[in-house]
Amino acid sequence: MASKHTVITDPDPIFGKLTFDSVPFYDPIILTTFLVTVMIGVAVVGSVLYYGKLKYIWDEWITSVDHKKIGIMYIIAALIMLIRGFSDALLMRSHQAIALADKEGTGYLPPEHYDQIFTAHGVIMIFFVAMPLIVGLMNIVVPLQIGARDVAFPFLNSLGFWLFAVGAMLVNTSLFLGEFAATGWLAYPPLSGIEYSPWVGVDYWLWALQISGIGTLISGINFFVTIMRMRTKGMTLMKMPVFTWTALCANVLIILVFPILTVTITLLTLDRYIDTNFFTNELGGNQMMYVNLIWAWGHPEVYILILPAFGVFSEVVATFSRKRLFGYTSLVWATACIMFLSCIVWLHHFFTMGAGASVNAFFGIATMVISVPTGVKLFNWLFTMYKGKVRFDSPMWWTASFFFVFTIGGVTGVMLAIPAADFVFHNSLFLVAHFHNVIIGGSLFGYFAGITYWFPKATGFKLDERLGKWACGLWTVGFFFAFMPLYALGFMGMTRRLNYYDNPVWNAMLLLAAAGAIIILMGIMVQFYQIFASIRDRDKNRDLTGDPWDGRTLEWSISSPPPFYNFAKLPVVNDRDQFYDEKQNGTAYQQPEKYKKIHMPKNTWAGVVIGCISFVFGFAMIWHIWWMAIASFLGMAVSYIIYTFTKESEHYYVPVEEVEALESAHYQRLKEHKNQVDTLAV
Amino acid sequence: MPLTLKLHRALMALPKFSLAVLALTLLGGCADEFILLDPKGWVGVEIKWLIIFSFLIMLIVVIPVFIMAVWFPYKYRAANKDSEYKPDWEHSNKIEFFVWLVPCLIILVLGVLTYQTSHSLDPRKPLVSENPTMRIHVVALDWKWLFIYPEDEIATVNELAFPVDVPVEFIITSDTVMNSFFIPQLGGQIYAMAGMENRMHIIGNEVGVFKGYSANYSGFGFSGMKFKAKVLEQADYEKWKATVKLAPEALTDTRYDALTKKTKDHPVEYFNAVNPLMLNNIVEKYTGEQDGQ
Repeated sequence: MASKHTVITDPDPIFGKLTFDSVPFYDPIILTTFLVTVMIGVAVVGSVLYYGKLKYIWDEWITSVDHKKIGIMYIIAALIMLIRGFSDALLMRSHQAIALADKEGTGYLPPEHYDQIFTAHGVIMIFFVAMPLIVGLMNIVVPLQIGARDVAFPFLNSLGFWLFAVGAMLVNTSLFLGEFAATGWLAYPPLSGIEYSPWVGVDYWLWALQISGIGTLISGINFFVTIMRMRTKGMTLMKMPVFTWTALCANVLIILVFPILTVTITLLTLDRYIDTNFFTNELGGNQMMYVNLIWAWGHPEVYILILPAFGVFSEVVATFSRKRLFGYTSLVWATACIMFLSCIVWLHHFFTMGAGASVNAFFGIATMVISVPTGVKLFNWLFTMYKGKVRFDSPMWWTASFFFVFTIGGVTGVMLAIPAADFVFHNSLFLVAHFHNVIIGGSLFGYFAGITYWFPKATGFKLDERLGKWACGLWTVGFFFAFMPLYALGFMGMTRRLNYYDNPVWNAMLLLAAAGAIIILMGIMVQFYQIFASIRDRDKNRDLTGDPWDGRTLEWSISSPPPFYNFAKLPVVNDRDQFYDEKQNGTAYQQPEKYKKIHMPKNTWAGVVIGCISFVFGFAMIWHIWWMAIASFLGMAVSYIIYTFTKESEHYYVPVEEVEALESAHYQRLKEHKNQVDTLAV
Repeated sequence: MPLTLKLHRALMALPKFSLAVLALTLLGGCADEFILLDPKGWVGVEIKWLIIFSFLIMLIVVIPVFIMAVWFPYKYRAANKDSEYKPDWEHSNKIEFFVWLVPCLIILVLGVLTYQTSHSLDPRKPLVSENPTMRIHVVALDWKWLFIYPEDEIATVNELAFPVDVPVEFIITSDTVMNSFFIPQLGGQIYAMAGMENRMHIIGNEVGVFKGYSANYSGFGFSGMKFKAKVLEQADYEKWKATVKLAPEALTDTRYDALTKKTKDHPVEYFNAVNPLMLNNIVEKYTGEQDGQ
């Protein structure tokens, strides 16, 4: 809480702006969280050391360049951050539910704290939950779907992950040391400028996003190259599985727009650090420029989040309807249309800024046009079920829920896209309900469907089905309770980010919304229990054949979990649903007579080391500890140079004997469980 | 219990259930709280119909989607041995034609509507009325709203009044961070930004007191940054002006500087005199002098 501090404007040469005062001992909520976090941290590190697993974790995970393991680490990190982001949501919902008053001081969170919470909630949910979930899924799935042995740049993959993790760590550090931004998740200047936000909150925001944003850009380039260059023989672009197509479009968007974020943040950093005037009120600064730039990144960003979720639904619907995907070509073109259109609609986030009628009309209509390819996608999924044999395993539950929830979000999206209507909806709770509607009902449900669907592929056993369906039910019901009242509140004229309000009817609605948040909490708890129970009972849910759902694409043709080299012999593709086709023709599961040695990348220390030093660098910049910033910057540069000199020895050949042993074991298992394979193939 | 009976019961319960929900909503006094559906000025009324129309036209797509999303998986469920199964059917020009055509047509209609209403309801466009347009200057401060009546040379804080059926042009700026000047029931909002003048035209066609907010988060005192917009009969408006004129203080430059200091939940204040060019001065603080404009 900035208010409790004397703001230091003249940093100390050794400690910068850091003082003993920076630790918020005075806030019982933060102090308790801090102590619990420290205890959990000590317990985790302690048990790793106690069981002597340090070497295993270092060799097999931290330094790993295996895309499957990096993907799993992304998803674990996202789930941890989900706890943090959702705690923020619960704090906000519970506070607003009791904050009925016409003066400040009701509820239990003063604005100085509450405003940090809604900022952190948005930042965490978008950057550190949704993004890593999607990058994690892409990591696990894309190379397997295109028949590749790894991504194009394995080291960059590891580096990208660690830079992202550092960003998340910086956001978490802000909880216990200093403050976080209290500006709203996009930190509009001049509020985020040094004059109005003098302490370190916005700096945490800047450096967390800058560092993790570079990580995202790196992995975007990596996946773009991987998909373009490393598809197996025969897989033309129009034979790629739809998830890979959507991943490709999402990564093109990352490459196009993340540089905008980097530059925008850099300009704001310059404003705050060396008194430039890009976005200040005075001296020709232009806040409207910032708002345009940040949304020129921000709007495509939401499509980066949702396109791969569309891909997941495409895979899931086809698999669980046991039918070819309806209208593949039209789905691919719809995806490409959305990718293009998403770059020319950013102004709809601020129709109320005062641009002329024609400008508003252009961006409004462009926004609506997006609903055409999106609607087409919905119809294509529905017609995939038509004349299929639809099974309702839990990934399909998420998909079915998505059809309803997302459609409502689409409708309200078009309503918001009409500039004249936006003049009463903008920044109201109607808007808040809308974007939660599409991000939860669209993106998040898609990730959950994807995680459930590919979990057996990544780990070798399925998630508990019954608990998965419970989780989906609770999330769906909780969603309606939590966000339908917010739509109503929008019609009642309630604006967002209010710390208190004086309308008792709003209070009733907010109580309902709080109840919804609690139902969602139960859903999340069921999900965590589901993961725990599935690991505990893994022997019951083992996926011995590698094809637990009667899958259609290449990833299901290999063992679960796949060997570290994925494919002993690179597959040749003739059909979109290659593996399904092989199963139909009886050519699936044929062990090659001879194996060749396989060229694979070695683990590397460089990703994690450069990542950790970037944490020190970010921390030093936030607290204005210049000597440390210089030292750590040099540290990163030197680490990278050392890495480049050892690069030659970063690859090796897996001997034929090892491949043969691993593969024969898999084929042996297949023989033993032939029944399972046969029942599925029928 | 056979499935048909279950379905029958569920159907019978449905009207009761919806009635209960409706009754709850009405009894809770919620109905007249949906103020966007109960606007009190021409602009708001136009927006209301726009919202309702756009919602209804989208039902053309939404209802079939909902029906298909229930019907297809139910009919083609794996357990239903009677349903047709065509595992390789993946394309139909007819279906493709319609799933592209229908959304396109809807968006065509909505697009035309969007273009028209973006112009007809452009907040900068003066409203058509028998009465001449009145002008009020609005300044967003930390954390309160200053209203300057340049013609009457009076000023108020956090309270706004104007006569019924008289179109009002607000000229809006900020002497701090970005805010958004928002009166939901009169149909509009627009950003208030330092060094810039934004314009918004609205009209109150019914007498009443309407709530106004800042819709754009602007810092720790943001939640208290609200005001009352009073739409009064001409005579009452004259009385209101007279009351303001009776206030003890004038809004001098020093008094204005005091107002710019950060305050939360600022009370309503009246000032009996003000420099009618104050808004220009505030804007020019940031832009430098604007030659003769």
